[in-house]
Amino acid sequence: MNISLILQMAADADPERIGLVCDGERWSYRAIQRAAHGAAANIADIGCSHIALLDESSEAAPIALFGAALAGIPYVPLNYRLADTDLAALLQRIAPAYIVGDVERAKRLAPEGGHTFCSRKDFVAAAEAAADTASGEEREGEGIAAQIFTSGTTAAPKAALLRHSNLLGYILGTVEFCSATEDDAQLVCVPPYHIAGISALLSSFYALRRIVLLPAFDPDDWLQLASAERVTNAFVVPTMLARIIERIDEGVQADLSALRAIAYGGGRMPPELIDRALDLFPETNFTNAYGLTETSSTIALLGPEEHRSAHNSSDPAVRARLGSVGRPLPTVELEIRDEEGKSLPAGECGEVYVRGEQVSGEYRGKSALDAEGWFPTRDAGWLDSEGYLFLAGRADDVIVRGGENISPGEIEEVLMSHPAIAEAVAVGVPSTEWGEAVAIAIVIRPGCDRPDDTTLRTLIKDRLRSSRVPERIAVLDEMPYNEMGKLLRRQVRAHFQDN
Amino acid sequence: MKPGTKLKSAVCDTEVMVIRGSDVEVMCGGALMSEDTPAEKSAIDTAFAEGTLIGKRYVDSDGSVELLCVKPGKGSLSIGGASLQLKEAKPLPSSD
Repeated sequence: MNISLILQMAADADPERIGLVCDGERWSYRAIQRAAHGAAANIADIGCSHIALLDESSEAAPIALFGAALAGIPYVPLNYRLADTDLAALLQRIAPAYIVGDVERAKRLAPEGGHTFCSRKDFVAAAEAAADTASGEEREGEGIAAQIFTSGTTAAPKAALLRHSNLLGYILGTVEFCSATEDDAQLVCVPPYHIAGISALLSSFYALRRIVLLPAFDPDDWLQLASAERVTNAFVVPTMLARIIERIDEGVQADLSALRAIAYGGGRMPPELIDRALDLFPETNFTNAYGLTETSSTIALLGPEEHRSAHNSSDPAVRARLGSVGRPLPTVELEIRDEEGKSLPAGECGEVYVRGEQVSGEYRGKSALDAEGWFPTRDAGWLDSEGYLFLAGRADDVIVRGGENISPGEIEEVLMSHPAIAEAVAVGVPSTEWGEAVAIAIVIRPGCDRPDDTTLRTLIKDRLRSSRVPERIAVLDEMPYNEMGKLLRRQVRAHFQDN
Repeated sequence: MKPGTKLKSAVCDTEVMVIRGSDVEVMCGGALMSEDTPAEKSAIDTAFAEGTLIGKRYVDSDGSVELLCVKPGKGSLSIGGASLQLKEAKPLPSSD
């Protein structure tokens, strides 16, 4: 299997249709396919082991992705926001690579290792120049389509491997071929090194839905591009959606009448934000997608009708589903297990395990799958009686106080019910008495008074129980997030260690 | 044949990729499909001439074989004389 099939089918079905728009340039499926064939021929000539992209999104991303696939080597999109030392370590791990993008920086960080360096412009030009003589032959290689370094919030970044069979399994199982019309357009603003950046390319190519790239997210640019290109579909992380709505509230005008669907994921969606978005865009279909790099993107989703019915319901159980990530895809098996690996019934919190063709669970050098092919996501969560999945943070974030497992999520939820609290995070801090104790960090809503410590402790004691009562309380100006809107709990933990 | 194998029709332009199933003889337009491109196309059996559609998946009656049509053609698919059926997929909302 080879993901280049996706591009080939799109180019066969409608060669002249525009598949990609970037910086005002328009690329047909045939043009992208020709460039991918040329890139594959150049990769074969160079004899590199990986093709790395050290760049923002552009036409070079799909050309490198499909070119690598045809050449039988992994495509490695790198996080250009990493610090020099961290990036240098990753470049060393993929030598010898064909590095596309920021040539000056890559050369400075990895002068050794036999890398080949190429700017975006030169890479694309060389690929187009080689297209006429390229064989278009597809090589199998190790069968790895993409290698994505995890963000490494706990340790050194792991090299997650996605095989052609994983990515194709995901696309064939979730996308109907050529289901888009020529008027459909997908605004892609996630960076190329994120799994959502890869799945967005593959899904849209297979649906023959025009991709409109926004290389660096900015809410005003997003609104302008969505309006100018009559965008019908978009994927955002919650922080992006918050910033877009903020600008609309501030009076920025944009014609979003074509926008039919907004999908979101990549981090926790604040309930008041999704409620606001559903009111602001009453005709738009919202989809919440939950997935991981190791699962080739989405494994569970909350669909448009479920958003509307939860939003309009007075039944607390139905309303609560807006805070869930929906139900598993039909092609994915999902279980909640306890620490001994025993499957848990609905309502009980444990670790989320998944299995399916799209689930890789594989890292360079080892697989995290168990003997039956199940992948432990390290995400904590539970299922309700109807099978809706609720996430409760990372399994590693569970606070173990005197042998009792405490989910940060339950404490945070209670704190968030206080009208003066905008954000709340609970973490474990070292305690001589309990091993770990609960510490909470809160951000106060603008214009509100800080609730005193006794009020907060009583709130938690009354709603939960005394073991959940925080030993330490900190008020922060803002919570630490990474650029994808992922909360950095380790930094909250560090705050308590430093103070 | 195994998952990932591409089979070509001997009577038309149809090409399929095996998604599920192994070691079965797949026919298109009444003639055996193979991994090689036929030197010359043979005649189509009119009993299997309803055509294949690109991007559609075809399954046998017990679901043990599933094929994805990657190139369309005039012939239709069968195994052991039984026509393969179009697999109806429930559309999912786009999540990317």
